[in-house]
Amino acid sequence: MSMLEIRKLSMFFGGLAALHDVNFDVRQGEILALIGPNGAGKTTLFNCVNGFYNPSEGQVLFKGKPITGLKPHKVCNLGIARTFQVVKPLSRMSVFDNVLASAFLRNPTRKGAEDVADEVLHFTGLWDDRDQLSKGLPLGKRKRLEIARALATQPEFLLLDESFAGLNPAELDVSIDIIRGIKQQGITVMIIEHHMKVIMAISDRIVVLNFGQKIAEGTPAEISANRQVVEAYLGEEHGA
Amino acid sequence: MKNNLAPLIVLAVLAALPLLGLNSYVMHILILSIMWTLAGMAWNLLGGYCGQVSFGHAAFFGMGAYSAGLIHLHLGASPWWGFLASLPVVALVALGMGSVVLRLRGPYFVLATLAIGEVLRITCENLTDFTKGTLGIMITRTWVEKTQYYYIILGLAALAFIVCRVIVHSRWGYYFVAIREDQDAAESLGIDTTRYKTIALTVSAMLTGLAGAFYTNYMGYIDPGVVFSLGEISILIIMVVMVGGVATEWGPALGAGIMVILAEYIRSLPLIGVAYQTMFGVLLIVIIIYLPNGLVGDWPVLKRKLLRRGAPA
Repeated sequence: MSMLEIRKLSMFFGGLAALHDVNFDVRQGEILALIGPNGAGKTTLFNCVNGFYNPSEGQVLFKGKPITGLKPHKVCNLGIARTFQVVKPLSRMSVFDNVLASAFLRNPTRKGAEDVADEVLHFTGLWDDRDQLSKGLPLGKRKRLEIARALATQPEFLLLDESFAGLNPAELDVSIDIIRGIKQQGITVMIIEHHMKVIMAISDRIVVLNFGQKIAEGTPAEISANRQVVEAYLGEEHGA
Repeated sequence: MKNNLAPLIVLAVLAALPLLGLNSYVMHILILSIMWTLAGMAWNLLGGYCGQVSFGHAAFFGMGAYSAGLIHLHLGASPWWGFLASLPVVALVALGMGSVVLRLRGPYFVLATLAIGEVLRITCENLTDFTKGTLGIMITRTWVEKTQYYYIILGLAALAFIVCRVIVHSRWGYYFVAIREDQDAAESLGIDTTRYKTIALTVSAMLTGLAGAFYTNYMGYIDPGVVFSLGEISILIIMVVMVGGVATEWGPALGAGIMVILAEYIRSLPLIGVAYQTMFGVLLIVIIIYLPNGLVGDWPVLKRKLLRRGAPA
């Protein structure tokens, strides 16, 4: 079943087509990776799904219902959470309070929200840092805090925007485990990532964007064998 | 809720103060301090916790003050009914104002609130048939003694303290701070930022209006130049919170006490007394540079500095 359907999606900024007639589905329970060179329109697509942008043309359907043009908080209420490429922690709040603020979405009482926050912090390995101000966290943990905060809204669908960028190898492994754990909870994931090792390790399917257009879609094996993708993005050594 | 002891002790001490037989000047200072505490706590909810810095809170103070004045002038009712009358009036003004200014962010929001405060002052000055314009409104004060006024404003401030505390520790409070820290992040985490900013503005406005209604009853005379004043109301409210501590529970109370006493002191000085607003400006700059989080917010920093200076070399 399709969780998210992207239908003829286009987004123009003046004369520039950041997205042009993009079509694909994200199936329930899978991890779909969105890859492509810088400026390919990946984050623009996220912004169209999450409600920051109202697409110029086309539609986004979530569980069969159109969500195009809804405000971000409405989209989040429906069950789609996101993280940001440039992390946006609530700096002068503790790690715990960051997550708690999100947990209130589906748990109006403080007790209920605290329980969710506890669970999410344990799951993402941030429990020991819960009392720290989030601006004091190193980048790796701030990236994880983004994920924790999104999870605290108890989504069915998660948009991860470069959650692995800038992580060291040890942190990469931790984050890979976290994403796999998210999948096990039945949450569908769409992830933007440049790190090919991570992409190949976790994704069920891959969609490739280049200059705002979809140039390929398929399993990791299919994508790494795709001539066009190799030329546009991966380069020769990955294509082998 | 934890830590109910400290507020109760403070309240008990304040409630016992009039029993000492303080003279009426000291009582006046205390009453003004508590009134500014009330206004400061109100501003802090919107400006401190929710991060929407308003330079136009005189609009709400003035509306509250004129609610009390006008029902007396036109309906012959006791100006004490102004407390009740002010709540819906100020709430409506806040909702209307919010629908416009809360779309703006940062400095644009600041300028819009500043403009609205001034627009209301000028409107009030010119609606001479309705408000008596710059002549102002005079009421007969209920009591000559200060004690009754003291207990009334203390009760109002205690109520506002409870309201703020409950809000800040609830979902609303977390949403306010989330909006302050990053509006886009808050929005994408499911927080209806427009709605919660409107709530913060409305509650803040209503509490400020109560301070205004009290002002009319206590002072016995209001005119637009005073209760809608940019310098003496809007900016003074901000100073109270900045000096005491932005987004802190006790900041407004501490700031109000300091500002009221300082204003009285500076005004009593020869020569520079008339320039007390200039002195306030200088003080504000010093605070922003050295204690950007106010006395309460920067207390740990302040303590460290003082201890180091006090220690033998």
